[in-house]
Amino acid sequence: MRDVAVVSFAQMPSVRHEESRNEVEMLMPVVAEAIERSGIGRKEIGFTVSGSCDYLAGVPFAFVAGLDSVGAWPPIQESHVEMDGAWALYEAWVRLQYGDIDSALVYAFGKASMGDLPKVLTLQLDPYYVAPLWPDALSMAGLQARAFLDAGHTEAEMAEVAVRSRRSAKDNPNAQVRGDETVDDLLGRPYVAAPLRAHDCAPISDGACAIVLAAGNVARDVCDRPAWITGIDHRIEAHGLGVRDLTTSASTRTAGERAGVGSKPIDVAELYAPFTHQELILRDALGLGDGVSVNPSGGALAANPFMAAGLARIGEVAQRIHRGDASRGVAHATSGPALQQNLVCVLDAEGGK
Amino acid sequence: MAGDEVLVAPNILEYPYKRTVGPIIGRFLTGLRERRIEGIRATDGRVLCPPVEYDPANGESLTEDAFVPLADTGTVTTWTWVGRPREEHPLDHPFAFALIQLDGADTGMLHAVDAGERSEMRTGMRVRAHWRDEREGAITDICCFKPEQDA
Amino acid sequence: MSDAAVEEGPVRSIRTPQHFVYQYSPGQATSRFLRGLEQGRILGQRCPQCGKVYTPPRGACASDGVPTTDEVELPGTGTVTTFCVVNVPFYGQKIEIPYVSATVLLDGADIGLFHLIQEVAADKVHMGMRVEPVWVEPADRTPSLESIKYFRPTGEPDAPFDSYKEHV
Repeated sequence: MRDVAVVSFAQMPSVRHEESRNEVEMLMPVVAEAIERSGIGRKEIGFTVSGSCDYLAGVPFAFVAGLDSVGAWPPIQESHVEMDGAWALYEAWVRLQYGDIDSALVYAFGKASMGDLPKVLTLQLDPYYVAPLWPDALSMAGLQARAFLDAGHTEAEMAEVAVRSRRSAKDNPNAQVRGDETVDDLLGRPYVAAPLRAHDCAPISDGACAIVLAAGNVARDVCDRPAWITGIDHRIEAHGLGVRDLTTSASTRTAGERAGVGSKPIDVAELYAPFTHQELILRDALGLGDGVSVNPSGGALAANPFMAAGLARIGEVAQRIHRGDASRGVAHATSGPALQQNLVCVLDAEGGK
Repeated sequence: MAGDEVLVAPNILEYPYKRTVGPIIGRFLTGLRERRIEGIRATDGRVLCPPVEYDPANGESLTEDAFVPLADTGTVTTWTWVGRPREEHPLDHPFAFALIQLDGADTGMLHAVDAGERSEMRTGMRVRAHWRDEREGAITDICCFKPEQDA
Repeated sequence: MSDAAVEEGPVRSIRTPQHFVYQYSPGQATSRFLRGLEQGRILGQRCPQCGKVYTPPRGACASDGVPTTDEVELPGTGTVTTFCVVNVPFYGQKIEIPYVSATVLLDGADIGLFHLIQEVAADKVHMGMRVEPVWVEPADRTPSLESIKYFRPTGEPDAPFDSYKEHV
């Protein structure tokens, strides 16, 4: 296996509604910053891959316009996934294993504000048995949250996750939701999809981020402290909610084991948990103890640029390693209803041989 | 000089999809049209409802001879309350989405429960399917489930 | 209360219609372009790096990935670089067939604009033909390419192939 590292990360502040710029106008400065920080020239990058979802804009092939922000002339090697950018990064990592190129640009973006995201996400569901009932994304998460509570947890535990997220987000200039509320403050508010309250749910966010990956000596040349990817794996569970155990995340557990999460201590974890109960399920699935700093960025509850939020988790861990604030971290991304599909990426300052 | 405000316009995305269902899903939906609910026995003996073409545990093909008749009553295994129904939701007054494990099945089916009030909902409650008067062979042939004692 | 099953025979298909409403915005650069059309002006934007002028502009240079920051007003005349004669009737057709749609390389621009060619027989349209826009009455213009009804021949001699061969 070739050593591949994150050598740069850039993101834009997530906002409820990016009113004036289109996706390309939004993306250009983010991509430019990631490339500039990487120390690798734009035209030297060997492969470009993006993650986005055309259904956020309601325009077929909307993602193609994103290439205007990259400057795809002369023609470049490029790919795209209709998924969160974390899976685009997985593809870039696989591509780099081939050995003929040494760097890749990964970017992700979305303006969920343009449409009705909770309704759009019903398009992910079984089209025969489930989608005709149109259970929106909050309801799907609510089904899992109720099962979580029935398994012996409390709404207060969920609210604590939100409290921590909002407080941590105060230190994150790119976050959207920040605050100093207490558990009691939050529990006094109404349900939006009982047992979920507004604070239990990630916001709608417009946003974008980009990462540059580099392999071996190229990474060592351009970056003082590369965030080496020492393990990366993703797993998916069965489609039907009714055949899954919603109170655990078997796919995250397996992906975490395959990525080698537990082989050395973890300093920091960025988990893509758009619902409070999911952060607790994921912590357990990854075996993260109390000593781990979870979602110091505030996580998805503070900013949820849909399609970029998972890639941002990888970036947030990587940049903490770059700055020397952490040595080893785990980043997680999710896709599908109630944690159906999960990607785990382990980053380590000491990963490059 | 041209004005500086960005333009905004509604963009309507509409698809009239018609999906062929195949023999397994087709048989289940045909049963619904006749007010009959069936499950399918997986390779480990578990009965899955709604029935699927491939065993989710191992990918084995499941065939029509594995169909099992089920009751139209069952137990709620988890639920969530919809206090403000959306236009596309199955009911236009507050209701619950729930996973309902029908008697004879080992897995839950997602549907709506018309319980009246959130306080009436609880995991473990018994519910019964209520059928539409005019059925077409779709999951919505079941209008919703209601608490068994209300039936 | 009737208890009718609607159809006979095994269920072979289901209808699953979808309807989504979005609020779409083309962003800053394209909005300026569309507002310009409402005023009877054709605007482009120039890339500060390669100097190419894009119309309609989308705010980025597709070659360099940088914002196109300089606005340029174009005279409106241009050259047909390629075209298509539409003979096939289709639902929603507004113009009588046969009609011609074409890519017009506007003077001052570096990418072609897609529009209609009228006031000339379809079989007389050709590459290199010089054209000019025919505008909708000012009171009826909207922020849309439909504010230009179509392009028509200017009567000038054809543009030499060398002048547009990079855009074919």
